[in-house]
Amino acid sequence: MHVSVSDENAEREPAAQQVSAFLERRREQIAQRWADASLFRTVFTVSRDEAVEAGRSVAAALAAVAATGRLDDIRDPGFAAVRDQLGRMAASRGRMGIGADGLADEVAALREPVTELLRAEFPDPYAPEAQECLLALTVLMGTLRLVVLETTVSAGEEVIARQREQLNEVATPVIKLWESTVAVPLIGTLDSARSQVVMESLLDAIVAERARFAILDITGVPTVDSLVAQHLMKTVAAARLMGAECIVSGIRPAIAQTIVHLGIDLGTVLTRSSLEDALAYALSRQGVEIAPVRAADAGAR
Amino acid sequence: MRASRHAAPASLPIGSDADLAWVRQQVRQAAAELGFGLVQQTKLVTAASELARNTLVHGGGGHVEITPLNTGPSPGLRLAFVDAGPGIRDLDQAMTDGYTSGGGLGLGMSGSKRLVHEFEVDSRPGEGTTVTVTAWATVVPPARPGS
Amino acid sequence: MTGPSGNGPAGFGPPIAGPSGAGPMGGHGFTVPVLRLGDILLVTLQGELHDGMAEQLQQDITERIAHTRVTGVVIDISGVDIVDSFLGRVLAEIAAGAGLLAARTVLAGMRPAVAITLVELGLTLAGLRTALDVERAMEMLTAGEQDGGSP
Repeated sequence: MHVSVSDENAEREPAAQQVSAFLERRREQIAQRWADASLFRTVFTVSRDEAVEAGRSVAAALAAVAATGRLDDIRDPGFAAVRDQLGRMAASRGRMGIGADGLADEVAALREPVTELLRAEFPDPYAPEAQECLLALTVLMGTLRLVVLETTVSAGEEVIARQREQLNEVATPVIKLWESTVAVPLIGTLDSARSQVVMESLLDAIVAERARFAILDITGVPTVDSLVAQHLMKTVAAARLMGAECIVSGIRPAIAQTIVHLGIDLGTVLTRSSLEDALAYALSRQGVEIAPVRAADAGAR
Repeated sequence: MRASRHAAPASLPIGSDADLAWVRQQVRQAAAELGFGLVQQTKLVTAASELARNTLVHGGGGHVEITPLNTGPSPGLRLAFVDAGPGIRDLDQAMTDGYTSGGGLGLGMSGSKRLVHEFEVDSRPGEGTTVTVTAWATVVPPARPGS
Repeated sequence: MTGPSGNGPAGFGPPIAGPSGAGPMGGHGFTVPVLRLGDILLVTLQGELHDGMAEQLQQDITERIAHTRVTGVVIDISGVDIVDSFLGRVLAEIAAGAGLLAARTVLAGMRPAVAITLVELGLTLAGLRTALDVERAMEMLTAGEQDGGSP
């Protein structure tokens, strides 16, 4: 096969223009063939017309990109019109359990039907002009593949960021344990963003519940390093400024060892080994005493 | 993101107590318009108050430039405190908790650095000091529309 | 948020720290209402407090404690939306000064955002008693609680 590599740069522009014109001219046929390709067929299950319509807009976008001559530019404004559509298609495939590599294969499969149509345009598909156009189309389809993958990646990042934010809020319920006593059971790793959410929700709950005591239970926190300790101390200090006393409970023996080992000074922080002990402390400070009901009294009810 | 009349940088003088109060109000308003949450607003206004006071007390007065940043994934606010005072001789020392040259608590510089996302000091002895701070409305980028 | 806070509850005794001077803030009269309730002095801070006013307030409160021989001071900052290191130092000094005159001071009503910011700033006001609101602060002082809020 002969491809005139030496003239490639000089000849690319007209080849790109030719491909653009071809995509415009054959848009309907391309869309019809794509509608049967696995990507479009599986995304647009309700009607084939939908798939054809989507195929038309993708073909039109490719024609617009080719017209600019920048076949390998994934930032080309020509893609802007279909970026959302491609993103939705990618997301839809993702929901069906198709990974990025599977999706890349499906997009790659769109090349063959178009290549066939383009080849048929030339009396001699092996002529240098035809080869250049085919090469240009190949580059363009490769760029499309990158654009699709990019939309999945950025859509994924967005989803992750949003889920993270939601998780931060969901994962920090503040519970009213008793009159004037609130508690947050912390579960999982405490990073800066999350400790910020914890601090804010705890302080808001102190106001809402008019709490005198706030318990931070870290039973479910796997490790306490100096950063986590610092976050805990900040929360305790902020609660104190608002007039509430903070108790850190649920320090497991292994974590106590780590804290000592790291030389972290939790000196100003009131600690208890369990949530139960912390609650007992808060209650006794409020003059509430919990005692077992005597059998006779219990029976009298 | 709303386009507003505050989209252009604003410059406010810092020459008196009343100016400090005015700077605090304007920074709060700009931050609120950019969608900063209450805690973020409070942190930025507090940092602005510390730095504006430094400009007044140590720099002998000056001005602050307030620039809304609307181009990134999350809106931000940049504040540049400019004075033509004596400058800071020992920057490392000035950035240390508890170090003070003005009879305060020594938390102005080090403390405000902890309240913002970006902090930059440009100081030349005898020529003056510019402290530039930037804060972003959210650390997690907001979801893009259309998804 | 920092809009005109008015003159506070009228008839709350003679205000100390007079209205602010002219300038961008001119037109908003700022006064600090101080109310004496038995042995307790209730100071209500609101809105923007200029540095000069804060220092004046410190001096006035100390004098007032000396003259009236109150045993407790409640500083209500629920209407204050920022406390920087300057105001923080003034508050700590008011408490320290009151302590020398045998009066206990309770800082009441700090907002969550202000508390978070102060801690981040590095100002934990460790020696100061704190309460959630004025009512709790009054309770603390009248009940003679010794260690309210202190670590």
